[in-house]
Amino acid sequence: MRAGVIVFPGVNCEHDVVHAIEALGGEAELVWHRDTDLSGLDGVVLPGGFAHGDALRTGAIARFSPAMSEVERLAGEGSPVLGICNGWQMLCEAGLLPGAHIANRDLSFICRFVDTEVATTDTILTRSAEVGQRLRIPLNSYEGNWVDPTGTGRVALRYVDDPNGSQDRAAAISNEAGNVAGIMPHPERAIDDLLGSTDGNVLLESFLGSLVPA
Amino acid sequence: MTTVQEPLHRQLGMTDEEFESVVGILGREPRAAELAMYSVMWSEHCSYKSSRAHLGRFPTDAPWVVVGPGENAGVVDIGDGWLAALRIESHNHPSFVEPYEGAATGVGGILRDVFTMGARPIALWDQIRFGPLSEPKNRYLFKGVVSGIAGYGNAVGVPTVGGEVEFDDCYTGNPLVNVMCLGLLRREQLVLGTAGEPGTIAVLLGKATGRDGIGGASVLASASFDDESQDKRPSVQVGDPFEEKKLIEACLELYEKGLVVGVQDLGAAGLSCATSEPAGRAGVGMDVDLDQVHTRESGMTAPELLMSESQERMMAFVTVDKVDEVLAIASKWEIDSAVIGEVKDGSTLTVRYQDELVAEIPAASLADDAPLYNRPAEKPPWIEEIWATEPAVEVTDVAGALAGLLAQPGIGSSAWIHEQYDHMLFLNTVVGPGSDGSLLRIKGTEKALSVSTDGNGRLCYLDPRGGAARLVWEAALNVAVTGARPMALVDNLNFGNPEKPEVMWQFTETVEGISEACEALGIPVVGGNVSFYNETDGVDIHPTPVVGLLGLADPVPAIIPRLGSARAGMEVWELGPPATSNLAGSALQKMVENRLTGRPTPPDIAAGLSSVETALGLAGQAAVLHDISDGGLAVTLAEICIASGVGADVTTDEPFSEDPHRFLAVTDPGVIGESASARKIGTIGGNTIRVNGAELNVAEAADLFKGAIPSALAG
Repeated sequence: MRAGVIVFPGVNCEHDVVHAIEALGGEAELVWHRDTDLSGLDGVVLPGGFAHGDALRTGAIARFSPAMSEVERLAGEGSPVLGICNGWQMLCEAGLLPGAHIANRDLSFICRFVDTEVATTDTILTRSAEVGQRLRIPLNSYEGNWVDPTGTGRVALRYVDDPNGSQDRAAAISNEAGNVAGIMPHPERAIDDLLGSTDGNVLLESFLGSLVPA
Repeated sequence: MTTVQEPLHRQLGMTDEEFESVVGILGREPRAAELAMYSVMWSEHCSYKSSRAHLGRFPTDAPWVVVGPGENAGVVDIGDGWLAALRIESHNHPSFVEPYEGAATGVGGILRDVFTMGARPIALWDQIRFGPLSEPKNRYLFKGVVSGIAGYGNAVGVPTVGGEVEFDDCYTGNPLVNVMCLGLLRREQLVLGTAGEPGTIAVLLGKATGRDGIGGASVLASASFDDESQDKRPSVQVGDPFEEKKLIEACLELYEKGLVVGVQDLGAAGLSCATSEPAGRAGVGMDVDLDQVHTRESGMTAPELLMSESQERMMAFVTVDKVDEVLAIASKWEIDSAVIGEVKDGSTLTVRYQDELVAEIPAASLADDAPLYNRPAEKPPWIEEIWATEPAVEVTDVAGALAGLLAQPGIGSSAWIHEQYDHMLFLNTVVGPGSDGSLLRIKGTEKALSVSTDGNGRLCYLDPRGGAARLVWEAALNVAVTGARPMALVDNLNFGNPEKPEVMWQFTETVEGISEACEALGIPVVGGNVSFYNETDGVDIHPTPVVGLLGLADPVPAIIPRLGSARAGMEVWELGPPATSNLAGSALQKMVENRLTGRPTPPDIAAGLSSVETALGLAGQAAVLHDISDGGLAVTLAEICIASGVGADVTTDEPFSEDPHRFLAVTDPGVIGESASARKIGTIGGNTIRVNGAELNVAEAADLFKGAIPSALAG
């Protein structure tokens, strides 16, 4: 079982995601955004950061990267596809998740731990968690305010408070099939007591548990 | 308006004497491009011409120093094949003229200094100072600088894990924006700024060169401000963190694959510096062809190309057989690159442009023959009078004074600032912003690095030598309370106009104070920066040295002392020498009297060393260790109570004294024994902060503390 972590120019959480997956006993490898063959991989993570410097809109250019056609193929086949922060923004731009992200309600960047609550376990991100479970995870974004005029996004995690104005207090959502998920806080930053929380483990374990041989 | 055209060298910020000395070196009148190169390289900012004579005082040796001052960053050996690179820089003047870009490009510049050494930058610390937030202009500058640091640091992907902020009238016309960077590298990846042997190829990597930032070092950073300074806005560079991010990754790949002989970043003085300095260091000459430089606007002249401070550029020196591979890696990371020169025998730097010889100068002369000024220094007559004027602060309402201090923007919570910065990237931040030292683990080892950056304009104004020494001691204690042993220091010396003897006195006293404290601690100064001419309309800032001290925890303490770990039933101990009643230069004096007088308590070497050792011994046993500084013991205790959400009851003779070498420990009973330097002052519990019987509710204290900056910004 092997996950690919796609490296777009300007993302910066790719090494952290690999570290977290390996710390949880999973296997991960970095994949350059120009690669067009992801056939050996059972799922992918689109990591956080500032792909292409957020030029135009967050995720707007990354969605055209050659590797994205393979991400679309995996998503269509039902494989787990997880976008974290900027990765979620890319998945919205690519049309793999509904809605889009705008600037935080207070127009400032937010980097701090936030409390979230599991809203459904019917996604690759939350299947090992329990509904109502509280998870304390670091948020780190400027465009974290998700809006979904279609109303089709399935909310997987809700903020307990409302840090950024996100619709339905959504901190994470999935598509209707549950195999493509986007999350704004960073679960990979909450896997170690030394750094303040291990609440991200259950989310990444859910993702790893969803990987099945291609 | 003046109609008479000044001679070119004066327009470029050079004196007539300096111009004559260029004529002397070349044996002829310089060409325009040559004059441009000398003007930037001999600027105060690049040449340290007013400070160099004094900087030799700093202790710079220790067995663990790998690279000392003079390179792009200092490098120390932290064991097991790991090295740490550190550097501090200022971007004061640009940030006043254009706060967002000024602060942003300050971050970009310090990062390049560190990854030039072969290191991956792992963390940033910002030290920022402004006039009071009651003035709209200061709010604009403060918000702009914080946004600029956030905008660049977050996007470039390097966490900002700490720093400090201070507000004082003296910074109204001249904010200070300093930034420190720490990098980590394996020993075999160390790269120096050398051009290598003759035949080596110079490859310019990164962003295309434009007209931005021309004369930034000479015109902007090395002169004082007046009403027309806003016209200097075109001298401020414009940052692009995305280009820098790609440049970092590309360079790190070049180092990993061993493809470069040397690297030099293009910061102040641009191509002039990135060609002459590496050639000078290697004792070689170089041929440069400016036609090869990739530009983003047409019609640039040779002086413009040589002086441009366009950001996100690096010069790599590469042997001929590796050039294609270097260009391919640049292309993979989607950055531009160009072969622009070749290292030659001899010592002449030759620059050609559009079939014309535009410069032919001794490469090393730009750095080595720079002017050296031993400017007169004189103790200002007013200082004795100020020393003789005792602070007139009488505290009748301890709780009211504490509440007032907690609401000061320079003392209250920095969350409004640091929550705009990514401070968690790379999964290293064990102790982040808002504490004493930041503690960063090194994954895959038992080690952690701790950094504290400290400045205090109030203290240094009243006593430049004692104040500067106290900064070093404070920083040492700050890293010690995280369990880390002090090992190296960088300093950023922010001063007024060096042409004034009293400013030079403040400067030399500061150098002496830092040196004395470093010698006592046995730590070397491995790099630094000097920023002079921090004056506006003839008024100088307080002398404001800022130190960044690196410590090593090996291993990381089993229990990390944290501000939020106090629990009911624990004991509160005051450690270090007993405080005196001296309030000179304290936050309380500033708040109550709105002036600074008296002579602050000097540091004490024996007490300082003893406190550092005590803190190191307690790290791993105590729940909380917290240095006593701004606002004294009462504020220190309140910070612990607010973070822990619990009250305390203590008795102390001097709740607001800021005397040095003291810290609080909160522990279970039985950990610490009473002695001359360890006094039990109370216990944790309840929901009020009680100091000598005066009470402040914890929730109320928390509101004041957390609201300090937001409510000041509300105007």
